[in-house]
Amino acid sequence: MKIDDLLNHTSEWLKGTGPNSDIVISSRIRLARNLSGIPFPHRANKAQSQGVLSAVKEAVGKVDALKKAAVLEMQDMDNVDKLLLVERHLMSYEHAKVTDSKAVVVDPDEVVSIMINEEDHLRIQVMQSGFNLFETFNIVNKLDDALSEHLDFAFLSDLGYLTACPTNTGTGMRGSVMLHLPALVMTRQINRILAAITKLSFTTRGLYGEGTEASGNFFQISNQMALGHPEEEIMNNINGLIRQIIEQEEQGRQALIAQARSMLEDKIHRSLGTLESAHIITSQETIDLLSMLRLGCDLGIIKDITRRTINELFILTQPAHLQKIKNKKLTPQERDAERAQIVRDKLKSR
Amino acid sequence: MLCDLCGKNQATVHLTEIVDEQMTELHLCEECARQKSVQMEQQFGLADLLAGLAELGGKTAEEKEVSDKIKCPSCGLTYDDFKKIGRLGCSECYTSFKKYLLPLLKKIHGSARHLGKIPRVKAAAINSAPGASELEELRHKLQVAIGREEFEEAAFIRDQIKEMEKRGKNK
Repeated sequence: MKIDDLLNHTSEWLKGTGPNSDIVISSRIRLARNLSGIPFPHRANKAQSQGVLSAVKEAVGKVDALKKAAVLEMQDMDNVDKLLLVERHLMSYEHAKVTDSKAVVVDPDEVVSIMINEEDHLRIQVMQSGFNLFETFNIVNKLDDALSEHLDFAFLSDLGYLTACPTNTGTGMRGSVMLHLPALVMTRQINRILAAITKLSFTTRGLYGEGTEASGNFFQISNQMALGHPEEEIMNNINGLIRQIIEQEEQGRQALIAQARSMLEDKIHRSLGTLESAHIITSQETIDLLSMLRLGCDLGIIKDITRRTINELFILTQPAHLQKIKNKKLTPQERDAERAQIVRDKLKSR
Repeated sequence: MLCDLCGKNQATVHLTEIVDEQMTELHLCEECARQKSVQMEQQFGLADLLAGLAELGGKTAEEKEVSDKIKCPSCGLTYDDFKKIGRLGCSECYTSFKKYLLPLLKKIHGSARHLGKIPRVKAAAINSAPGASELEELRHKLQVAIGREEFEEAAFIRDQIKEMEKRGKNK
């Protein structure tokens, strides 16, 4: 598999399918694991990091579920390629910054990705479309079992899996659900909900994980506690919380339709109008307008555009994707023009 | 002067950053400066938070002095280093700093006792399955050898593992 192949392929999490996919974009679980006896990546020297890289690569090669996966080493990639993987949520922005002895393992469906030598020696991630936490957990759990047959993970019976950051100690697990909550934002209930989430030991982030602001009505909610509860219990807690938020968003959407239908239709059609005719558009404006379009599609106000098309536009209009499609480096101004063009073309061909 | 980040608006905020002794100047418009300050706050946030929590280690000044100096024999990280960077150096640090880490973990997670998954191989070893534990021990030795940069030893252990895995398959 080559990086360029990804462009003609829709990531699993962008398919717009799966349970509650009108509100839930994706479910993701990642496990942090380290090899015992070797310092954590930020403290390991080059030889030790190389040792980790080759040990993990060897283990990956022995796992049946990863037979088709590609191991992409940071040192072999240019910045656009790395950013492309970040935009597709296959690795973190942090991972792209330093190249030494770092790699990411990606399976062709883009369901599984394993970052090698990020904050921990391994970050095993599984991502699915829609609200699908338990299936996602089953996949990542089996993968973890398979890898642990070939690698000795740092583990203490009383503290669990040992990680570089004490916030991950224990299960090393973080479950995240990406939600699209336009009605809660429009009805100004979102802050109340986000405040409640924080009190319940969950965190909210933006589209691109740690340190990013929530934008375009997209919110990523994950567990904060990793120690003191079995994995199933942590999952049940996230699951219950997300169910409640979905319910609130659904009520918000119904309220908007009942009380402000023409305002809503106007907002959605204006968004479509701008996307269809703009010649210069920033990535932020694109996200905001696509968010409205997605809502229109979910509510049946827009009938001739599929959720998948909208999801694809979200990713194709990101900076690295634009540069990859055009096969050259683009300045921010050039990107704004190319972005507008791609959106117009894609919407015209529907 | 235009903003260095967006290149569109007039730069009104002027920042000097020093990273690894290299000084760079940044000229930003108000919008980009605001975004950058949010980023910086978030970056500082976690380290500060952990450092604050890690202070739980020693209560009196003397105790604090003692805890700060504790050094992990395996990777050389001191508890004071940990408080500054918010990251542990290696899995041994958990044993080296255990006394001070337990209250910190309790503060973060509400508990300091793991109730979740046990690696399958370790669970098997606990049930004393013969063979499985031997292989497990070899894998551990291999990683320790990599950690110590004893690569000749590592290659030797790797061969032993391969041999043992082969035997296992032929059984």
